Amino acid sequence: MAIAREREAWITGIGLVSALGEGLDAHWTALNGDRDAWLKLDSTTYAPYQVHPAVPLDLAKQIPDRGDRRQMEGWQRLGTYAAGLALDNAGVKGADDILKRMHMIVAAGGGERDYAVDGQVLSGLAGANEPGKFLNERLMNDLRPTLFLAQLSNLLAGNISIVHGVVGSSRTFMGEEMAGVDAVRVALNRCHAGQGDIFLVGGAYSAERPDTILYFELGHMNWTKPWAPVWERPKDGGGTILGSVGAFLVIEAREHAEARGATPIARLSKVSSDRTRRKDGDAEHTLAVQWNEISPGLIPGATVVVSGATGVSEAVAIERDILDQRRVPTRATGSVIGHSVEATFPANVALAAMMVQRGEAVPPVGGSKDEAKMARKVKQAVVTSVGHWRGEGMALVEAI
Amino acid sequence: MTQMKDRHGRPVVVVTGMGVVTSLGQGKQENWAKLTAGQSGIHTITRFPIEGLRTTIAGTVDFVPFENAPDLTTKMAALAGDEAVAEAGIALGAFPGPLFLGMPPVELEWPQRQAIAAASGKTADITYTDILKGAAAKDFSAMQTRFLFGSVSDQLADRFGTKGAPISISTACATGATAIQLAVEAIRRGETGAALVVSADGSANQESLVRFSLLSALSTRNDDPTGAARPFSKDRDGFVMAEGAGALVLESYEHAKARGATILGVVEGCGEMADSFHRTRSSPDGAPIIGCIQNALEDAGVTPADVQYVNAHGTSTPENDKMEYVGLAAVFGEHLAGIAVSSNKSMIGHTLSAAGAIEAVFTLMTINSGVIPPTINHTEADPAIKLDLVPNTARKAKVTRAISSSFGFGGQNVCLVLAAEPT
Repeated sequence: MAIAREREAWITGIGLVSALGEGLDAHWTALNGDRDAWLKLDSTTYAPYQVHPAVPLDLAKQIPDRGDRRQMEGWQRLGTYAAGLALDNAGVKGADDILKRMHMIVAAGGGERDYAVDGQVLSGLAGANEPGKFLNERLMNDLRPTLFLAQLSNLLAGNISIVHGVVGSSRTFMGEEMAGVDAVRVALNRCHAGQGDIFLVGGAYSAERPDTILYFELGHMNWTKPWAPVWERPKDGGGTILGSVGAFLVIEAREHAEARGATPIARLSKVSSDRTRRKDGDAEHTLAVQWNEISPGLIPGATVVVSGATGVSEAVAIERDILDQRRVPTRATGSVIGHSVEATFPANVALAAMMVQRGEAVPPVGGSKDEAKMARKVKQAVVTSVGHWRGEGMALVEAI
Repeated sequence: MTQMKDRHGRPVVVVTGMGVVTSLGQGKQENWAKLTAGQSGIHTITRFPIEGLRTTIAGTVDFVPFENAPDLTTKMAALAGDEAVAEAGIALGAFPGPLFLGMPPVELEWPQRQAIAAASGKTADITYTDILKGAAAKDFSAMQTRFLFGSVSDQLADRFGTKGAPISISTACATGATAIQLAVEAIRRGETGAALVVSADGSANQESLVRFSLLSALSTRNDDPTGAARPFSKDRDGFVMAEGAGALVLESYEHAKARGATILGVVEGCGEMADSFHRTRSSPDGAPIIGCIQNALEDAGVTPADVQYVNAHGTSTPENDKMEYVGLAAVFGEHLAGIAVSSNKSMIGHTLSAAGAIEAVFTLMTINSGVIPPTINHTEADPAIKLDLVPNTARKAKVTRAISSSFGFGGQNVCLVLAAEPT
């Protein structure tokens, strides 16, 4: 009855782009720097809303074909670029024999609107005698046909197939933060079980879009007060500052990596996830259960928590319940890279891998007074995810 | 003693419950009666005004009252899921495994945008700055929740009592098949003894229709709605957008037998190969389609000679049907002449995110009933396509093993091998 014994899974490639830069070294430097190094906030373009915009990218480095670049919108470019970085980092870029059997799971939202068209249509609808007919005519005449391809959730994966040649399989998960957790979880479980040897998994989110800011504003969840680390926001009502992030990981079976002479960045040991109704302490309970599954293997004093805290009060309170009991030094990266919804968890797994690889935690993020200093060697990182509305997940990343 | 493990030593995955909703009606019985009678569910759109549209027909599901696309998707998914878990003999609210949900991407629609804009007080020269002001001015939190991608699976997970985090999948027109594939993989890993797969699509609104229309993907045979979807015919001119839901209860054979469940069929294999050629078109050599079907047969441990029926993707677009034929001819070779091929889409249209699951249900019903639903509207054969299309009239035939293919934008290709319970 036994299933095959679990294979060890390594992270052998990381592609990360955020407000802090491109690649792990840039992130390490920025997170260890002064306020000017880690706070790259745009408070004017979407005022009163603030965003952590992605650093400017030389897109041609990862998306050489101009036609490809033009067929994408911002979130797809960011994701396709970050995916290319991850493949480069793993040493498999252009290795068609590997890419043909590489499995891809992307966590994606969607959208991208034509803002001018939306505004014109809404203005016209307000006074139209026959609004249905008016809408049909405007949409038929004003929508760019190719915009559809920037709106479909699965077209980030589609673009990665086209630009980078990853074609072993292609799945897109939706569902906000939870999609990011489950994308990594399913890739890891497949790797453990021998359902594939090498995986590309991640997501991308563009915060530099009024329509993404709008989704959070519908629930009045945007933080418009002067910037503060995520932990400090709930006492003033809470809220999130969105951030543009592209984050991809190459997850690979150890023997596959060794056979091709790849260098591991870290071991991805476990990912768990759940969805509760967030009633009667059920979210706190599942986090405790997930923590208890991981904790027997934790080395006392050698663990850092890399948190996906959003700044939204209810979600932060759920996460504090477990963190305050376990008293492990925590780093909430969202304070300075912003909340990137589907991309949050892959990005935090990447930053966790960075810390265990270096054996060192970054200083409290954004100078947060709620995050303890950590001088001791870091061997393990627990990545947490409490979605702004739903989804509770965790990962264990370990030094090799 | 029947085999609990397949040729690769993995748990055999069986189907113990199924449910379906299409424009033909609600439930397997009504759908099957109409499908085998060659009846079409395609009609002129009444849901929204059609003046000014190039395509005015669709296979919308008009008998389920709804408020918006995610609401209709949820409700159809619930109906199909209810039917499936009831057939499987599983209590509603106590499903012993995870949910794999195929669904379309979620987005605000025009009524919501209008409501938010109205809250800003502005009626002319509206910009997103105004829309954001409108959002800040009122409490739209219920709208926010409804239009989160995770809200559909959230409601369904509560309804069925599935375990753990539900997974919401979008692989365009292959979504339903991908959902099945993910569930099969989870059962094969031994993570769960059972999984609920539901795939639903209720997104036939004005803007969605216009988007496909602008890509010239839709049939414009507006004067003849029931004749518009004509897969593999020479005079095919595009697909017909449609809605629906399909649901399947999957279990390991062992899990199903242990609780005495009736076995409706076996998911023997899943195959996949993405296409890196183009965002909306297949590789001209058909290699990814060929590879995906071959991978499915290999995964199932069967050969082309073991397959009697192909439930085709068969969208009725000039491109898809030609490439699908090229793929089938390459994989099945001389065997193809003896294999029946039909497209359910000739009657129910293209149910998009739901298609892979709905067509898997119909494929298993084909196997169980010994009746192959026809490809209707087959009046003019395409000389470039040499298939036994079961034209216009259903056919009695013994089918023990079939494949069901799904191909989607973004280079998505999935093929399932479905078979009768081993004896």
